[in-house]
Amino acid sequence: MASPRRSTDLLPHLVLVLGVAIFAFPIYFAVIGSTWDASTIGRGQMPLFPGPLAAENYWTVWSSGEGTRIRSTPVATLMFNSLVMALVICFGKITISLLSAYAVVFFSFPLRMVFFWMIFVTLMLPVEVRIIPTYEVIVNLGMFDSFAGLTVPLIASATATLLFRQFFLTIPDELVEASKIDGAGPLRFFWDTVLPLSRTNIAALAVILFIYGWNQYLWPLLITKSRSMETIVIGITKMIGTGEVQNDWNLIMATTIFAMLPPVLVVVFMQRWFVKGLVDTEK
Amino acid sequence: MAEVKIAGIRKSFGDVAVLHGIDAAIADGEFMVLLGPSGCGKSTLLRIVAGLETQSAGDVSIGGRVVNDVEPKDRNIAMVFQNYALYPHLSVYDNMAYGLRVRGTPKPEIERRVQEAARILELAPLLARKPRQLSGGQRQRVAMGRAIVRDPQVFLFDEPLSNLDAKLRVQMRIEIRRLHQSIRTTSIYVTHDQVEAMTLADRLIVMNAGHAEQVGAPLEVYERPASVFVAGFIGAPAMNLLRARVAGGRAMAGAAALPLPLAAGLDEGREVTWGVRPEHVELAPGAAEADVEVVVDLVEALGADTLVHARLADGGALTLRLPGTTRVREGDRLPLRLPPAALHAFDAASGRRI
Repeated sequence: MASPRRSTDLLPHLVLVLGVAIFAFPIYFAVIGSTWDASTIGRGQMPLFPGPLAAENYWTVWSSGEGTRIRSTPVATLMFNSLVMALVICFGKITISLLSAYAVVFFSFPLRMVFFWMIFVTLMLPVEVRIIPTYEVIVNLGMFDSFAGLTVPLIASATATLLFRQFFLTIPDELVEASKIDGAGPLRFFWDTVLPLSRTNIAALAVILFIYGWNQYLWPLLITKSRSMETIVIGITKMIGTGEVQNDWNLIMATTIFAMLPPVLVVVFMQRWFVKGLVDTEK
Repeated sequence: MAEVKIAGIRKSFGDVAVLHGIDAAIADGEFMVLLGPSGCGKSTLLRIVAGLETQSAGDVSIGGRVVNDVEPKDRNIAMVFQNYALYPHLSVYDNMAYGLRVRGTPKPEIERRVQEAARILELAPLLARKPRQLSGGQRQRVAMGRAIVRDPQVFLFDEPLSNLDAKLRVQMRIEIRRLHQSIRTTSIYVTHDQVEAMTLADRLIVMNAGHAEQVGAPLEVYERPASVFVAGFIGAPAMNLLRARVAGGRAMAGAAALPLPLAAGLDEGREVTWGVRPEHVELAPGAAEADVEVVVDLVEALGADTLVHARLADGGALTLRLPGTTRVREGDRLPLRLPPAALHAFDAASGRRI
């Protein structure tokens, strides 16, 4: 009786292994590429096993960014910039969304629904659509080529506000009233009750928003000028030449691996919270 | 502790009037129950006392102080909610301590009061648990503990037992009564369950469609219902109510001639609603002594009692509650005695007691 069970187990596994292989192979390819010298890859003979130059390549991009043919910002700087941008966007978005959702759900004030719909409508205006006016505003505010310019325009978030709003709506009215009778004011209620209840949602959202911030491309490309302000995504693009010269593919791939690490770490370490936030309601 | 005075409370939500002027005075230490069917405005009235809802007109005063413009937290009240409303992320101890902490009570004092409440409510072994690890009855006890530790002037209960199963409800009812007897805090308790109301209340307010139909002690309300609504609402099975016309010293319900209540001096030809409780109808020893004769429709033998659904000669329905030893079968003709002292008459038009 064991054999039919085995075959039903086998097929899903086969599909999964195939899927993982398809997704993992490019990454393996990048890892391997980052351990050879530029000319080996340049000849078009990409080996499938690790080469001798791993430590050297990674050290080069991390500290100096100077390859045989290209010069770029050191990855240490790029990573720092990306990290600051991603964290500020992530925490900024969460803070603003928590507060605005709290206002929309728990308070009645004139034009409440108007404000809610105004937030909602901005969902239809992603960064790309409003990029020119935003650029103009940021430049006029003197935030060009700075961390403020990189992060502030990306902080407002209708998606996160809506998500928190939906969650807040599930908090029973009686809990609000019990809190009122217990003597907690609005800020106290937010801090003591709403925030602790939202922590799984916050964690799940933090993962998504960190990766969103880390992967920003178009906006940092426009708003930064100096090399010291580049983010890692921009750094990688700038390392790839226009075709007149050979690219240092080994260094580019090493940089790519670096670029991949923080999101992977965030997902790995936040996974438990992330899943909890998506499936769990602690009520 | 304090008395609570409610004077001329009205409440409308937009065009819909929910409360039409309620007056009541709840004495210091009294257990007052607001009883009524759903939608009668009893919860709204309680929420107005709590300050969670603002009345359209009228005054609420607690301990002699008018609290119309006082925030709930400053009214010195504690409330127990139907769905418990415990903070899900806090332990039982912290749930009870929260209100004190917000008010800045010193730590040793909080510890003392929470331990005391836990002892009274037998929650001591559960203090470290989260609400989701508790059963419904335990959660409701925590909700009561949260109210007790605050040592408020008034307890407000909003249908606190409705989410519990029947057995637990009976047990918690007794616990609430015992609790009130030991701490004697003025309490207002909202329920739609008449058994809860009758057993818990010092006095009760029977509410219907935004009016207070009757205010009185439970037995007083049972024995002398002030209106047809109260008569039908209090008591199970419900009081028999028949449309009748006074003629020749009897109440004529169709062809059946029923005796009239003792006290009422009723004019000939007056339209009345005539009432008798099922438990007050007696079997007559013989047809000669009977006031009226009925034909048995249906018998429900409950053991201690037997409920008999019967019909009068002209088809009017009459329910009787007879001792469990009575043997009755469908189709039997029963001679009945209706003791005049146990009969009620209400004005047919207004529904008020005559």
